[in-house]
Amino acid sequence: MPEGRRIIIFLFFLLIGIIFIGKMFYLQMFDSTYEKAADNNAIRKIIQVPFRGEVYDRFGKLIVYNTPVYDLYITPRKAVVADTNRFCALFGITKGRFDTLTREAWAYSRVKPSLFLKHLSKEDFAKIQDALVDYPGFSISTTAFRTYQSKALSNALGYVAEINTNSLSDQKDDYYRQGDYVGISGLEAFYEEALRGQRGVKYRMVNSNGVEKGEYRHGELDVNSIAGQNLFTSVDIRLQEYADSLMMHKVGSVVAIEPSTGEILSMVSAPSYDPSLLAGRNFSKYYQILALDPLKPLINRPPSAYYRPGSTFKIVQALVGLQLGILTTGSVFTHAGAPVKCHVHNTSHNDLHNAIQWSCNPYFYHAFRKILYDNTQGDTFERSAQGLQRWSELVANFGFGRKLGVDLGNEKKGNLPNVEYYNKVYKGENTWKFSNIYSLSIGEGELVVSPLKMANFAAIIANKGWYIPPHLVKGVGDKKTIDTFYKTPVSVGIDAKHFNVVHEGMRDAVLHGTVGREGKIPDIVMCGKTGTSQNQKGKDHSVFIAFAPKDNPKIAIAVFVENAGFGGFAAAPIASLIIEKYLKGRVDRKDIETKFMNMSYLANVTYNRKIVKKDSLKR
Amino acid sequence: MSQESNQIGKLDWISVGLYALFVLLGWMSIYSAVYNPEAPLWIFDEAFYTSNAGRQLIWIGTSLVLIMLIFALDFRFFESFAVFIYAAFMLALIAVPFLGVTINGSHSWFKLGGITIQPAEFAKTATALLLAKYLNDPQVNLSKWMNQWRSALIIALPMLLIIGSNETGSALVFASFIILLYREGLPGEYPGLLIALIALFVSSLLLSPLTIFICLLVMASLFVIILPIYQRRLPQTYVRIAGAIAIIMSLSTVVDWVVNHVLKEHQRNRIKVLLDPSFDTRGLGYQVTQSKIAIGSGGFWGKGYLGGTQTKFDFVPEQSTDFIFCTIGEEFGFVGVLAVIVLFLFFLWRLLYLADQQRSRFARAYGFGVVGILFFHFLVNIGMTIGLMPIMGIPLPFFSYGGSSLWSFTILLFIFLKLDAHRSDMLSR
Repeated sequence: MPEGRRIIIFLFFLLIGIIFIGKMFYLQMFDSTYEKAADNNAIRKIIQVPFRGEVYDRFGKLIVYNTPVYDLYITPRKAVVADTNRFCALFGITKGRFDTLTREAWAYSRVKPSLFLKHLSKEDFAKIQDALVDYPGFSISTTAFRTYQSKALSNALGYVAEINTNSLSDQKDDYYRQGDYVGISGLEAFYEEALRGQRGVKYRMVNSNGVEKGEYRHGELDVNSIAGQNLFTSVDIRLQEYADSLMMHKVGSVVAIEPSTGEILSMVSAPSYDPSLLAGRNFSKYYQILALDPLKPLINRPPSAYYRPGSTFKIVQALVGLQLGILTTGSVFTHAGAPVKCHVHNTSHNDLHNAIQWSCNPYFYHAFRKILYDNTQGDTFERSAQGLQRWSELVANFGFGRKLGVDLGNEKKGNLPNVEYYNKVYKGENTWKFSNIYSLSIGEGELVVSPLKMANFAAIIANKGWYIPPHLVKGVGDKKTIDTFYKTPVSVGIDAKHFNVVHEGMRDAVLHGTVGREGKIPDIVMCGKTGTSQNQKGKDHSVFIAFAPKDNPKIAIAVFVENAGFGGFAAAPIASLIIEKYLKGRVDRKDIETKFMNMSYLANVTYNRKIVKKDSLKR
Repeated sequence: MSQESNQIGKLDWISVGLYALFVLLGWMSIYSAVYNPEAPLWIFDEAFYTSNAGRQLIWIGTSLVLIMLIFALDFRFFESFAVFIYAAFMLALIAVPFLGVTINGSHSWFKLGGITIQPAEFAKTATALLLAKYLNDPQVNLSKWMNQWRSALIIALPMLLIIGSNETGSALVFASFIILLYREGLPGEYPGLLIALIALFVSSLLLSPLTIFICLLVMASLFVIILPIYQRRLPQTYVRIAGAIAIIMSLSTVVDWVVNHVLKEHQRNRIKVLLDPSFDTRGLGYQVTQSKIAIGSGGFWGKGYLGGTQTKFDFVPEQSTDFIFCTIGEEFGFVGVLAVIVLFLFFLWRLLYLADQQRSRFARAYGFGVVGILFFHFLVNIGMTIGLMPIMGIPLPFFSYGGSSLWSFTILLFIFLKLDAHRSDMLSR
C-alpha cells in the first residue's frame, strides 16, 4: 500500500493541530474578557466598613453611638431550605416573598452571596441566630445604625443616610460606593472623614463553592480598615436638653457659648425632631414627613436662620461710637428730633448707660447720626459714605456679614450693609445718606444676623473685646485634636475699657430696665440686652442676648423666639432660666420655668410657601 | 538473554521519552489542581495518597509494572491471542451492565478489590489487535465488500455494546479505526464520505435548509460549467444532479430529525452548547464556559505553575480528568499549550513513521490503530476544552487523571512499542 496515505493522514492531523493553536491564540492572546471573568470567579473583594465614630458631650457623656443591625445574605448554591413554611415563619416573610427573593439571588449568582433580608434588628437576630445553623447557605453581615442617647441635639448633629446619586458622581476621591452611608448635615457631615474612618478591603481567593482559599497575592492589595474617630463635643447635653424643653411649642433658637473658649454649650433649634427617626430602616418615610413640615424641623436655625438683631445691636453702636471717640460715656441725647419712638423712661439725664438700660431708640438714632457725620467732609451724601465706611469696618470685626467659621456646614453670612452695598441698592455713589439708612441705628433695616452670631457677640461683650470662633467639637479622636483656628482668640478692635459702661448698662437693663421680672435671677449677676426684631412675617421676634456672671463670665447666650413680641417677654426669661440652670445646676424659679415650658407662640407663627422653599434643605 | 538486551536497545526511546514527558506533565497538572496554597501536601504525607495527585502517582507506578509485563511476554503473544483478548473484553462489556458498579453516573465499571476498571477503555486495544490480526491475512483485501463488512463487524460489536451502556463518547472512539483501514487499503471514498457526512451534519445544524439549498445550486451550476459539452447536453446529467441535491437535502432533514428525536436530551444540549457559546452559561454551558475562562485567562506565559486560580479552585468541573488541558492552558499559557500540541503531533508523527517501518502487516495495522485512537482522543479532548467539540467523556491520553485511562493507553502504546522492538524478528508476509 502506498506510504503516501501516511502523509495524507498526518496532514489531516496537522490541520486539526493548526486549528487548535489558532483557537488557543485567540482565546489567550486576543480576548481579554476571560481574564476578567477568571478574577471575577476566583477573587472575592471583601469590604470592611468600620463603625462610625461616637459622639460625646463636654463631660464625656455618650450622645451618639452605633447599634449593630444584621443583613441576611443567601448563597443560592449552598442554600438548602427543607421546610419553607418554617423558614418563612421564622423570618416573618410570606412564601411568595421567599420565592421572589430566592429567584433574584439565583439570577444574580449561584455562588456569590446576595442580600436576602435587610436591617434585621438585634431582637430579630437573636431569634434566628440559633436556627441559622439549620440553613446552610445563609449568612449574616453586620452593619450599624446611629443610635441617640438624647433627642435634644438632633439639628446640630445632623444625620447619616445612604449617599445619593449626585453626591456619588460628584465625589472627588472616589471613596463612596452605592449604598454607602454618609453624613448629610450638621456635625455628621462636617466631620464626615473623621467619623467614617477608612474602609478596609480584603482580597480572598475562593473556590467554586465560595469557600475561602487564602489571600490573593499574599494580601499585598489588602487595606485594613481604620475605625471612625470619636467626636468630643463642647455641648453640655443636660443643658441642651433643658434648653430644648424650654423651646417646646416655639419657633426659634438658643445658642450658649463659654466666652473664654468659644465652646458652644448648647445649640437649640426649635422645632426639632427625634433623631432616631432618621436613623432606622424607615428613613425615607420619616424624612418625607419632616421635610414637608411647614415649620421646617430639619433646618438647623442657629447658624443659618436670618433675623434682624433689633435693639441688641445698640450695644454695637455704643462700642463703635466709643472706639471712634465720637461718643463718650457722658454723651447725652434727648428724644427730641428723632423719627423713632421710645418707651416711657426717665430721660432727665439720658447718657449712654441710661440709653442701654432703657434701650433708648432716639439716643441711638442721634448717636449713629454723629458716628456717620462727625469728622467727615463734604455734603451729607459724601459724609454719610465716609462715616458708614469707618463704621462698617469696625462692625465687621464682630463677625457680622461674614461666616464665623463654626464647625457646621450650613452657616450663613448674614448681611452687614456697607458703602458698596448701599451704592448698589440706591444705584450709584452719593445717592443715599443718613436719613435713608438710620434704621441701622436700632438694629433694623438691612442688617441680617443669625442667632449664632448674636451669641458670639454676647461672648465678645463678656470678654470685653475678643472671641474664639465658636465651635461644637473640642477634640477629634483619641488624641482630641482640634484645628488651631478654634484655639486662637480674635480681637474685635474695641478697647476693653469701653465695655465697662456696656456691662453696667446691660446689668441695669436686667435689674430695672427693659428686662421684666421674669428675666431676673435673684442670685446671679446677669447682664443682658433685649431686642425686638421686626419682620415681614408677622409679629416681632423676641430677642435677648446676655452673659453671666458679670465678673469672670461663664456663659454667653442668645435666644430668639419667633413672633413672640418684645425681647423682654419671651427670650429674656428663657435665657435667664438656661443661665441659672448652667451656673447653679438647678432652677429655683419653678413657676417661671413651668410657664415658659408650656408657653406657645406657634399661633403667631406665620409662614408662606415662598419662604419655606427658600429656606429648604438645599445648601 | 542476548535477545532481551537486544530488545531494549531496539526500543524506540523517542516515543518512550515523549510518553514519560506527557505522564509527568499530566501528573504535575493534577498536583496543581489539588494543590492547596494554605496546606501544601508533599509526597511523603500520608494524606497525599488520598488526593488525586497521590493516586495518580500509584497509577503511574503500576503502569511501569504493566510495561514490564508487556516486555516480559513473547511478542507473538498479542497476535496469537488477539481473538481471545477480543472475546474476553466483549464478554466483559456484555457483563458490565449486570455486574458493574456506577461511578460518576456511568454504569460501566468493574470493581475488583479496591481497583475500579472500565472495560470500555481496554476494548479499544483488543479491537485494534483483532483488526490487525484479521488484516494480517494476505487474503484480506479491503477493497472487497466481504472484507470491508467483516472489518466493520469487528469494530461495530464493541461500539454497540458500549452504546448499550450509555457511553456514546467512548463508542465514538472506534470511528478512529477508519484511519487504520484507510492505511490498509480501504478505498479513499470511505473516509471522504465520512468527512462529507460530518460536514453535512455540522452545516445542517449551523445553516438553514434554504441556505444549504442555495449553496448546492451554486455548486451544481459551477459543476455543469466545467463539464464537457457533450455531457452538458445529456438530460441524465441534470437528473443525476437533481437526485444528488435531493439526497443531500433529505439527509440534512434527517440530521434535524436525528438531533431532535433520536439524540437524548443531554446529547442535544451538548450540541446546543457547542453551537451557541452563550447558551445557558450557568447551567448546561457552564463547563465549557469555565474551561474557556481558565484557558483564556492564562495569556501568553500563563499564571505560573501552581498559580492558576480557576483550575485549582474547582471552577472547571472534571478538571483533573477530561479537562486537564485547562490547567496547562491556565498555568503555562499559550506557550504551554503550543508546546503540548506540537509535541503531541510530533509523537503521532513518530508513531506513524514507526508503523510504516513494520515488516508485518499485523504490527503496521496495529500501529495505525494506536495512532488513530490517540488522535481521536486528542481531537475531541482538546477540542471540547476550547469549545470546538461537544463535551464527551473523553480523556487526554497520558495526561488525564484515572487508572483505567492511564493503564489502557499505556498498554495500547507499549504493545506497539514491543512489536516495534521486534520488527526485525517478524516475518514479512
